[in-house]
Amino acid sequence: MRETELKQPGEVIRRHGPWTRITHWLWAICVFFLLLSGLQIFNAHPALYLGRQSGMSQGFDNAVLRIGAEGGQGAAPLRGVTQVFGRDLDTTGVLGLSGPDGAQQARAFPAWATIPSEQDLATGRVVHFFFAWLLVATLAVWALASLLNGHLRRDIWPGRRDLRGLGADIRAHLGGPLPHGRRYSPLQRLTYFVVLAGLFPLMILTGLTMSPGMDAAWPWLLDLFGGRQTARSLHFLGMLLIVSFFVVHIVMVLAAGPLNEMRSMLTGRYRIRGHAAAEEE
Amino acid sequence: MERRTLLRLGAGTLASLSLTGCKTFDFLSNPDDPARDVLISANRLTERAQRLLQGRDALARTYTEADIRQPMRPNGSTDPQAADYLALKKAGFADYRLTLGGAVETPLTLSLADIKAMPQQTQITRHDCVEGWSCIAKWKGVRLSHLLDRARVKPAARYAVFHCFDALTTGLSGPQYYYESIDLRSARHPQTILAWSMNGAPLPVANGAPLRLRVERQLGYKMAKYIKSITLVPDFAGIRGGKGGYWEDRGYEWYAGV
Repeated sequence: MRETELKQPGEVIRRHGPWTRITHWLWAICVFFLLLSGLQIFNAHPALYLGRQSGMSQGFDNAVLRIGAEGGQGAAPLRGVTQVFGRDLDTTGVLGLSGPDGAQQARAFPAWATIPSEQDLATGRVVHFFFAWLLVATLAVWALASLLNGHLRRDIWPGRRDLRGLGADIRAHLGGPLPHGRRYSPLQRLTYFVVLAGLFPLMILTGLTMSPGMDAAWPWLLDLFGGRQTARSLHFLGMLLIVSFFVVHIVMVLAAGPLNEMRSMLTGRYRIRGHAAAEEE
Repeated sequence: MERRTLLRLGAGTLASLSLTGCKTFDFLSNPDDPARDVLISANRLTERAQRLLQGRDALARTYTEADIRQPMRPNGSTDPQAADYLALKKAGFADYRLTLGGAVETPLTLSLADIKAMPQQTQITRHDCVEGWSCIAKWKGVRLSHLLDRARVKPAARYAVFHCFDALTTGLSGPQYYYESIDLRSARHPQTILAWSMNGAPLPVANGAPLRLRVERQLGYKMAKYIKSITLVPDFAGIRGGKGGYWEDRGYEWYAGV
């Protein structure tokens, strides 16, 4: 630990710039609506395939995921079934069959996970495409602002130093309390880089590949992702990864002190703690 | 302390939002809700952006015979029950006449034989349903632009409206017949055809016999099946629900390139 101490623990610094904070909350809103309207859209045809088209007939089945309800005849009760790579999982109550007892509905994702709550593909699409545009606009604004104000170079773009420090940082995260300084740790930089420069562009491009209009305009999209239905599956996979990121993100905020973290993302002001103070350069 | 209270309040709102689930946003389903109007305005942006990137004649991807792996999945109506349709079907569509009228110099009345005698075009394309699935099939028919040229479209015309034999629902005023509309740019696109053949055989009833539309750069619901007549119009505000199509009147976007 270097002892070039410039900031004292407990001191309040300015951590997040205004553009970082504004775009952060715009993303939070976009991802919320995109996720729940996306699940609504998925429910209209709750299956994913690999390739150019959807194998929906006997002798041609290229599905990798199917969510549905089975049974309901005779003594066999209706149950929700999720088929992943050909293997059936009973997911009654959440996937395939959900809702209050006695009024269960056969639907892929449950009502609490979709916008609107009832099956309404048209509205799901209206919501999804609006927030898709907003996400793209926010990403563009963020990229430009972060390039100009140095956020991209200082906090996001991973360098050799981050890759070297990655092992130590992973061990630190598995260990005890972490220092909280101005700088992003290697793991943080890499995570935000993957989400902002990897997952968001993946979602945008696979989303565009599902559009027959864009496929005519940019036929390379189909070649890039190996067909419209593969793109749709990758869009779903990207969603799962973004949800995973969100869960870890929230856990880390809670672990690091939710009020201090929340304040830094609202006002930019952040109280540094632990050894991190020493790391400030 | 004040800031802390504010933060708590914000967090509480977020938490309750996630707990009450998405009933919170069910008002967006209401077609008259102003918030929905704001959201749906993004579709205009999508349309402009796609048309800018596509240019007029960019083609949809075409596939090979080997990509035809299954029967074309029918969707929507699969067996129309209108009396006039049943009579035509019984006679093998020998008495079928497509009419093309409205804002044209020369209205057309065409039998299937007349249509088959015109220059034909075959294309193997991917049908993308708004629900999310895709299916590749071979379509054969006449370019819509050929018919428009024969009828000589008047300058006032901006849209082609397709009236169909099939009704998906019955309302208070009787059966709600399917209809759709496309603008002249889509109507004149090189891949826009009126298809009477599918996968090398006459178009099956389930897939829209005797004649259906193919608009390859848009979603399936634009591609009207069981076409009865085509009308060229300056706008579609006065037709049925006023939104330009059966599904458009029920909340779906008129521009279905996405």
